[in-house]
Amino acid sequence: MDRRTSIKWVLAASATLPLWASRAASAAEAGAAACARGADAAAPAAGYGTDPDLWRRYRAGELWPLTLTAAQRRTAAALCDLIIPRDAESPSASAVGVVDFIDEWVSAPYPQPQEDRPVLLEGLAWLDGEAERRFARPFASLSEMEQRAIGDDICHAPTAQPRFADAAVFFARYRDLTVGGFYTTPQGRSDLGYLGNVPRASFEGPPRELLARLGLPPELP
Amino acid sequence: MPFVNAAHIARDYDVIVVGSGAAGGQAAYTLCMEGAKVLMLEAGRNYLPEIETPMFQTVDQAPLRGAETPDKPFAFYDATVDGGWTVPGEPYTQTGSDAADRFDWWRARMLGGRTNHWGRIALRNGPYDFKGHSRDGLGIDWPLSYEEIAPYYDKVEMLIGVYGSSEGLENTPDSPPGCLLPPPAPLVSDLLIAQRARRLGVPVVAAHRAVLTRPLDGKRAAARLHPGNPTAQRILAADMQQRAACFWATPCGRGCSIRANYQSTTVHLPPALLSGNLDIVTDAMVSRVELGAQGRARGVRFIDKTTGGEVEARGRVVVLAASACETVRILLNSECGRCPDGLANSSGQLGRHLMDTVGSSAQGQVPLLENLPPRNEDGASGHAVYAPWWLYSAQRAGRLDFPRGYHIEINGGRRMPGLGTLAGLEWLTGGSYGLRLKEDARRYYGSFVYFDGRGEMIPNDAACCELDPSVKDRWGIPVLRFHWRWSAHETRQAAHMQKTFAAIIDAMGGRMQDAVTDGAAAIRPGGSIIHEVGGAIMGANPTTSVTNRWGQTWDVKNLFIADGAVFASNADKNPTLTIMALAWRSADHILERMRRKEL
Repeated sequence: MDRRTSIKWVLAASATLPLWASRAASAAEAGAAACARGADAAAPAAGYGTDPDLWRRYRAGELWPLTLTAAQRRTAAALCDLIIPRDAESPSASAVGVVDFIDEWVSAPYPQPQEDRPVLLEGLAWLDGEAERRFARPFASLSEMEQRAIGDDICHAPTAQPRFADAAVFFARYRDLTVGGFYTTPQGRSDLGYLGNVPRASFEGPPRELLARLGLPPELP
Repeated sequence: MPFVNAAHIARDYDVIVVGSGAAGGQAAYTLCMEGAKVLMLEAGRNYLPEIETPMFQTVDQAPLRGAETPDKPFAFYDATVDGGWTVPGEPYTQTGSDAADRFDWWRARMLGGRTNHWGRIALRNGPYDFKGHSRDGLGIDWPLSYEEIAPYYDKVEMLIGVYGSSEGLENTPDSPPGCLLPPPAPLVSDLLIAQRARRLGVPVVAAHRAVLTRPLDGKRAAARLHPGNPTAQRILAADMQQRAACFWATPCGRGCSIRANYQSTTVHLPPALLSGNLDIVTDAMVSRVELGAQGRARGVRFIDKTTGGEVEARGRVVVLAASACETVRILLNSECGRCPDGLANSSGQLGRHLMDTVGSSAQGQVPLLENLPPRNEDGASGHAVYAPWWLYSAQRAGRLDFPRGYHIEINGGRRMPGLGTLAGLEWLTGGSYGLRLKEDARRYYGSFVYFDGRGEMIPNDAACCELDPSVKDRWGIPVLRFHWRWSAHETRQAAHMQKTFAAIIDAMGGRMQDAVTDGAAAIRPGGSIIHEVGGAIMGANPTTSVTNRWGQTWDVKNLFIADGAVFASNADKNPTLTIMALAWRSADHILERMRRKEL
């Protein structure tokens, strides 16, 4: 299941790459060193190989260097928390290490992250440019209302205005990474009410009252 | 004895088994338990599930939240090591390039092969599945019937432990009492799917998976599996007691350190090793079968990957169980003066009739399943229920535009959140973010259902493999070149799958993001379901097949094929259980012939 859903997600991501990404990809293919602005070609040497230690607890940055600048991380954190803010149930995305995960992702020596990298870096740069243009401050320094003014314009690609089309594709990708990064943490799992991954002596079917509410018999027909 | 290095193998073995997965594991198990001295050669590294399996690790402890990468194509914690659709230093080539004519070859270079990570779906072929050509004029009949293989299905189910139910459905065999373990409780989503699919005439019944839903009765099973062999009974009974029942947590695809599901490394190999009759050499990449006097196999030649040196191992019988395509590759590379086109290839059929499974999937979102109270739905790691093929009479009446059938694997529930679980929700949320997105995540989590169609492919002349004329792997061994093509039989079937998924989702009051109607777009590329079989098919006639009904090659009397290469057709039923049943049957035949001094 995890495999299926994430493959779907990866496919969806590649199908909707904005123009700047395909430009960057063809530039990379042509062997050009310079890509679009902000999309520097980071090509760390190697991944974790085909037989990694599955028991180690990995931290972002220990397998390959993180590459976001301090300014990029500030923007990334602000966007993470615009997407997943703190509420009564759980902390914000940046509070549980999602910025590190995004930095790990855009810095990773694998095809999907490498394809995402220019999209995400260009998008972060666009976000700051747009914040400066509208409010004369970088995105991370904006009030939530000001951030939402930009966010509302780019949060839904199918209905975004044409001038926001690329930014909306960036936002969708960034949101998927933020959501994925967040709900895979203990705090995110707990927010969703995931109760598994603990050994049990037996596995009972669903509660009778729940089934009755849904009009379902307790067993297969 | 057990694990030896290449320099310390014995001078001679009764049987050399190439490969350690479902086929090699089963063949070695049967042979060793009945007293034959066996050398098993595995191209990958040794692998110890009891200590290596990452059972409870969560993806926040993994690189990239455990995402798939070319290094770990089924995600970081998948049991497969040194495997995937690409293996460093071991290329293959293909003539096709786009999704319609590609064949991607999955390999797992590790002890136990792909049984360490497989889906554990363990279905019997039905009577029709062995006689397809006789029924509709397509494909090729097997030289055996369901009745001949049924006792071996019984044995394998008892040995490995399979949950499921007997439903009396057409071409979906029941198991005799005492073979199956009780199925796990279905989830809410399973029951809803069953209720609504039934209204459409689609039966939804307990899935069959090789997972222990309760402890095995080792003594009873051992007595039934090894009558008259007290040593084997003692070893098996004791080993079965070491296997724990499922504790209803952790994904089976990671493997199972408590041995609650089947993998060759936790079920076949431990008792075979305890028999004292099995030597295993890992990192042993077999390149060819060596011929000796009178056209008989003398043994095999392999590369000792730890030194790079070539070693020859000798045995009275050679059993190839390297996986369908690797077995074909070894035979093609075993060319000789009298067999310039490959060993056991006088029919010219080696590499032909390569088949995978027709695969197509869909996801639905079901409002009835939104905002349900939290509950543990890990179960037996998915697949509590499935829908066996049901349209036999419609097909007989000519109301379908494709031959043969498919089954539907069903999933849903509140599974452990992964990187993609809540990605791409815009089609439901209108692009929410912030507090509203957190509410949406709680609402939609657990409300998705997943359908995977798995159908029968008819073999065709454009789906085959051969040796690439120039490319060699890092060991200097010529590699395979694949040709692939789906026919309209398969693409129409994939389109029908999609129609069925849409109808079931609709009957649940659910919705789909994108309905696919074009079968060519709906079908997954060749090799992606990893059910590749054929390439050295069994048959009744030496001019049109590579082996006889025992997996014995027509050309070389003491050379057997025990893996999926011998499949004459690829029913919708997942091949693993049939591979094991055939391997057990071949091994019994070898033992019998050895006792009669015919081998």
